[in-house]
Amino acid sequence: MKRFWFLIPLAAFLALAVVLAVGLKLDPREVPSPLIDKPAPKFALPRLDDAGRTIRLDDMRGKVWVLNVWASWCVACREEHPLLVEFAKKKVVPLYGLNYKDQREDATRWLARFGNPYDASLYDVEGRVGIDFGVYGVPETFVIDQNGVIRLKHIGPLTPDVLANKIEPLLKKLDA
Amino acid sequence: MPDSLCKAIVALLLALSAALAGAKEALPEAADPALEARMTRITAELRCLVCQNQTIADSNAGLAVDLRRETRAMLRQGKSDAEIIAYMTARYGDFVLYRPPLKSTTALLWFGPAAMLLLGGAVLIFVLRRRTRLAADAFEPDEDEEAGEGRGEPARADSDAAAART
Repeated sequence: MKRFWFLIPLAAFLALAVVLAVGLKLDPREVPSPLIDKPAPKFALPRLDDAGRTIRLDDMRGKVWVLNVWASWCVACREEHPLLVEFAKKKVVPLYGLNYKDQREDATRWLARFGNPYDASLYDVEGRVGIDFGVYGVPETFVIDQNGVIRLKHIGPLTPDVLANKIEPLLKKLDA
Repeated sequence: MPDSLCKAIVALLLALSAALAGAKEALPEAADPALEARMTRITAELRCLVCQNQTIADSNAGLAVDLRRETRAMLRQGKSDAEIIAYMTARYGDFVLYRPPLKSTTALLWFGPAAMLLLGGAVLIFVLRRRTRLAADAFEPDEDEEAGEGRGEPARADSDAAAART
């Protein structure tokens, strides 16, 4: 046993290296949301395309849906947008937008230009609903289940990988 | 005494102008400096999620401005500090707290550095103790000893060598 004691510093070094390597891989911008598996915050917001009509959380009861937080001033939103347009064509679940701290005119023009994948967008000009959802880095995407519980939150632009390996399998599971 | 009267008038005018200046400063948004101070004290404990090395009090990111606004609104509603902190952690998690609470998941964070220090100290003591027990010929002789006193001399115990050098 004593013969191997000289290996202890090496083992300690390796352990430390592993811990630090994992630390390097972690993205400090991806803050785990405390809202996962919690009921989605209640909201009542006017539609982007029709200020007279209000959408409430309760309107969504009973269906699995995706909420995508976006804004016309958000560059990364443009990056993920084609993916959302493709996703919406499949008509798997309703896709709603949360138009975050934007101007109605700019947002409408943005959708006209890049395509509108959303069943509807909620107009959150003051960002209050965004705060309730713990939004801090647009774009963000939430999956909400039949009971109004948040099941997934993705921070930053969607990628084909995230969509195919995280979101779509979850939707399939929730539908079953 | 026209002179003292003059002085009195000047003093009165000065006092009035000071009062006016004070009133002017209080006018903008911080209608209530006490509330503003409380808001600043609370948000200085909270991390801004957009620029993570700043507090919500310091940051000018859009979200930080909004959260300061929400904090002000909550203070006006008479919410306590704890309620405001709870509001923030419910949305953004313990990550927003610059002083994270002591929980099973944060135990390593709180005690890790002290544990590492103790472990390092223990290793150091262990190694030093073992060395003092070793015979003197287990060490290489110091270089200056080699040069000055020649190689022929038998190695001395550490304390002797130190005494000889001083």
